[in-house]
Amino acid sequence: MREISLHIMDVAENGITAGAECINIIIDEERIENRLKIVIKDNGKGISPDMVSRVTDPFVTTRTTRRVGLGLSLLKEAAKRCEGDFSVKSETGKGTIVTATFRLDHIDLAPIGDIAGTITMLIAGNPDIDFVYDHVIDGTRFAIDTRELRKEPGKSLTDPVLLFHLKKHIENELKKLSGNE
Amino acid sequence: MAKISIEDLKRIKEKTSKETSLRYGAASIKITVHMGTCGIAAGAREVMNSLMEELAQVDRKDIRVVASGCMGLCSSEPNVTVETEGEKPVVYQKMDSNRMRQVFKRHVLLGEVQTDFALARI
Repeated sequence: MREISLHIMDVAENGITAGAECINIIIDEERIENRLKIVIKDNGKGISPDMVSRVTDPFVTTRTTRRVGLGLSLLKEAAKRCEGDFSVKSETGKGTIVTATFRLDHIDLAPIGDIAGTITMLIAGNPDIDFVYDHVIDGTRFAIDTRELRKEPGKSLTDPVLLFHLKKHIENELKKLSGNE
Repeated sequence: MAKISIEDLKRIKEKTSKETSLRYGAASIKITVHMGTCGIAAGAREVMNSLMEELAQVDRKDIRVVASGCMGLCSSEPNVTVETEGEKPVVYQKMDSNRMRQVFKRHVLLGEVQTDFALARI
């Protein structure tokens, strides 16, 4: 994966496959602590305790279309490579929390990349699922909640024009947040 | 055998109505972008992005875009499936932004299957 945002998209898609109704994505950049933390929470069907211990084995998957399951394995390797940590917590019937941390200035850390694209494309491809996206840089927070967006009358989350504006909005807010404006 | 409850029935109803909405007028064309780990790593997000950009330029409420998982054909990712009402779905392989735009303009809007990029009819 060339970008951290692609890992996020991948793990979020896992949650969707697990029947989640709401996916919570948290990105926490602490420049002072030199740490990047990514959390992806879903309220899907969860993973059995036996499976949780094996999810990062690339040759373990529940799928029947092929015999490898690389998504979480790749994220774990990326985190380990950047002096970070990785954990999967899950409760059957309640959901799953995937957490990955990275050393922010590590030379092997992939750029966060097009996170605005990731969020909007997740919404576009899964209009029935809610997404909560929280981005924190040094304690300042920016959030998008599709449950709030749905409340506005006359707006549909499948409208490509709305998604285009949403993408621009996220990009602008992130620029402000990181102080690059 | 466990008894089926009202909740079960409701769930089945919702699931079925979602699945059949393509057949009953809500949408006449469904475009599926396959977004497994393999698809995402190969560039499915950019494909989806250009698809949404193209969609924004036409006023067509009957085109539905969905994301789905891996089909098991990881080496040919990014895959895109175009399903037109009454026709067999066409799977496109090794898509990128430009190929997606061409498929949208020619196949989705004009009905010409782009055999150069097509992998199969399923």
